[in-house]
Amino acid sequence: MQFGLSESQQMLKDNARKFFAGECPMEEVRRLMETETAYDQTLWEKMAEQGYTGIIFPEEYGGVGLGKVELALLMEESGRALLPGPFFSTVALAGAVIDAVASPEHKKKYLAPICAGDARSTVAFLEANSSWNPSEIQIAAANGALTGEKLFVPDAAVANFIVVIARNGIFTVALKASGMRITPMLGMDLTRKLYRIEFQNTPAEKIGDISALAKGFDIATTALVCELVGGMQRTLDITVEYAKMRKQFGKPIGMFQAVQHQCADMYLETESSRSAAYYAAWALEENAPDASVAVSIAKMYASDAARSVGNRGIQVHGGMGFTWENDVHLYYRRAKSSETAFGDSTFHRERIARLVIDADERLAKGA
Amino acid sequence: MDLNLTADETKFRDELRTWLEANVPKDWGEWREKPLEESFPYLRAWQRKLYEGGWAAVSWPKEFGGRSATLMEQSLFWEEMARVEAPPMANSLGLGLIGPTIIAYGTDEQKKRFIPKILSAEEIWCQGFSEPNAGSDLASLQTEARLDGDHYIVNGQKVWTSYGWIGDWCELVVRTDPNVPKHKGLSVLLIDMKSPGVEVRPLKQMTGESEFNELFFRDVRVPVANVLGKVNDGWNVAVSTLMYERGSYGARLHLLFKRNINRLIELSHKFQKNGHPAAQDPITRQKLAQCYAEIEIMRWNQLRAFSRVTATGVPGPEGSIQKIFWSELNQRVQQIAQEIFGPYGQLLAGDKQAVDNGIWSYGYLRTRGNTIEAGTSEVQRNIIGHFVLGLPRSY
Repeated sequence: MQFGLSESQQMLKDNARKFFAGECPMEEVRRLMETETAYDQTLWEKMAEQGYTGIIFPEEYGGVGLGKVELALLMEESGRALLPGPFFSTVALAGAVIDAVASPEHKKKYLAPICAGDARSTVAFLEANSSWNPSEIQIAAANGALTGEKLFVPDAAVANFIVVIARNGIFTVALKASGMRITPMLGMDLTRKLYRIEFQNTPAEKIGDISALAKGFDIATTALVCELVGGMQRTLDITVEYAKMRKQFGKPIGMFQAVQHQCADMYLETESSRSAAYYAAWALEENAPDASVAVSIAKMYASDAARSVGNRGIQVHGGMGFTWENDVHLYYRRAKSSETAFGDSTFHRERIARLVIDADERLAKGA
Repeated sequence: MDLNLTADETKFRDELRTWLEANVPKDWGEWREKPLEESFPYLRAWQRKLYEGGWAAVSWPKEFGGRSATLMEQSLFWEEMARVEAPPMANSLGLGLIGPTIIAYGTDEQKKRFIPKILSAEEIWCQGFSEPNAGSDLASLQTEARLDGDHYIVNGQKVWTSYGWIGDWCELVVRTDPNVPKHKGLSVLLIDMKSPGVEVRPLKQMTGESEFNELFFRDVRVPVANVLGKVNDGWNVAVSTLMYERGSYGARLHLLFKRNINRLIELSHKFQKNGHPAAQDPITRQKLAQCYAEIEIMRWNQLRAFSRVTATGVPGPEGSIQKIFWSELNQRVQQIAQEIFGPYGQLLAGDKQAVDNGIWSYGYLRTRGNTIEAGTSEVQRNIIGHFVLGLPRSY
């Protein structure tokens, strides 16, 4: 049993950190977040060259064929860099869903261009009721076309095609499909833009059944948790550095226990989130029986932890933490957006409760 | 990253499983609730059996009667012990903390003299560290040892000593030089508890029982040969004992916690909350799910820490997050138990309507000690702040 990174995993993580530090430093993050889409074509091509856009996909579609743990490490580093743009939406979300639900023909059509870096994508799931429960989806396709509204769709404006989850299946809609209108929603996270999509008799191609969605969503959820872990680590690092340097009453504020204990709790929350995220990634890779519970545990814990780490980080920074100039609030904004995506902690606690409390009752009744 | 057992680990576990199936006592349930004074001979016999089977101290080096087990194997050992609901071992401090410290710092004579009897539970060990005026600030302790020929003369008082009432020997931290900075004048003595001048009194704790003792030393003579490690290097010896305390204990707790939460989930179907079973109350469900999740995370944290120690070879200060994590979690589990039971939660053992014969009312009180014993949560956070994050010392 070995719950540490292998040499090649560590190397992948180190290289990713170097890559993002070089290609997407904070100045670049701040430049991109002021643009309409937060997307940069050159950066995207460089990521494709690294193999990042095909990291977990089979080699027959041009992917690298690595596992969920490797995806987890890459997401952790992209989260640490606060990478703007559609990497998560395209690879960890749309790609993972297509990989989980689609036929080989559809994978060739949709997954291969993602691997090659030629296409970007996203998934449209939430509707006005904002429920992450697939059974509450209203939109249904009729005669090969969709009518209705999807909300909170990340990175839709730069997607070449959009994966739409409907009552009666999983569909793709092409970039310039007729009757589709994409308008921005003004989300708190400036680095990951959200959109409202209206469909009016929009042609859609069915690529799979909704019953196969869970596996893809578990991968996306775990990837998002890993991204949160990277953000927490960066927030912790910035905060500790500041606490060592900032002086009040003639001493570094990091000498005061009230400040130290905030930092210690940030460390505890970050490390515990990381343990849960890595375990979930490993469980998904191995198809372990507790994989779904593990994903919910990780999302539940990290959703709250990321907010808490941000709260503490801003507090320790004092007045500096409340300025636009300081980077902590950028991570804090991402954390809020990710907190609700794929279900917040309340949603996942209820999911855990169904899996462990209700199962216990069925067991007790001998069912 | 591979959380599947290796071939060696599987072999270790299977061998242990087979041994436990044949040897674990079946009647522990009848003894479990009895006072320790009554069950102690039973626990001693159980440890003796483990010793004879070669399972008493799997973490110890082979040459000292252990199995040189890896951290993962140690973790498997405690899991298997918990799985079959094996009784604890009588000499738990000797095996877990003091034996390893003697192996690390002892002279050949000390190892030969003490180690076998620790393993066989022939001699029970206790630990004299805390004092009335030296808790978190352990290095300020005042119990003094004055050199008199080939003996030290010990005077002072210790508190919170587990097993003091039955201890044959004690690992005692004393001040041997009062004229140097506090960390530099300490030494560790191995004291025969039957020496004249040693007095043991029970310390009644807030639960009403006496797990711990107070020890009084009046002109107790200890041979110089019983100094463990170097004279005035006692701080390092003591810290090494504390590292064992913080490092390994968490591993044993996971399955205990898991059993608690599973029992609590079972009971949540039976107790009513706002007109329906607590298991259907949305707030209760949320709180139970939170505890269930954190108990899983506690294990994953532990496994990651083990892997790190295995890779680097040294237990790090990260052990402090385990201590904070499990102690505060255990308190939350007890709190939600009380919320589920309502007025029944307060009933003590002996009341015919007490839940599970009072283990939960006891647990509610007892877990307050969890964030204090073996280093308070505040001290653990100081350790993380300074030793892990590199913040300047606050004291």
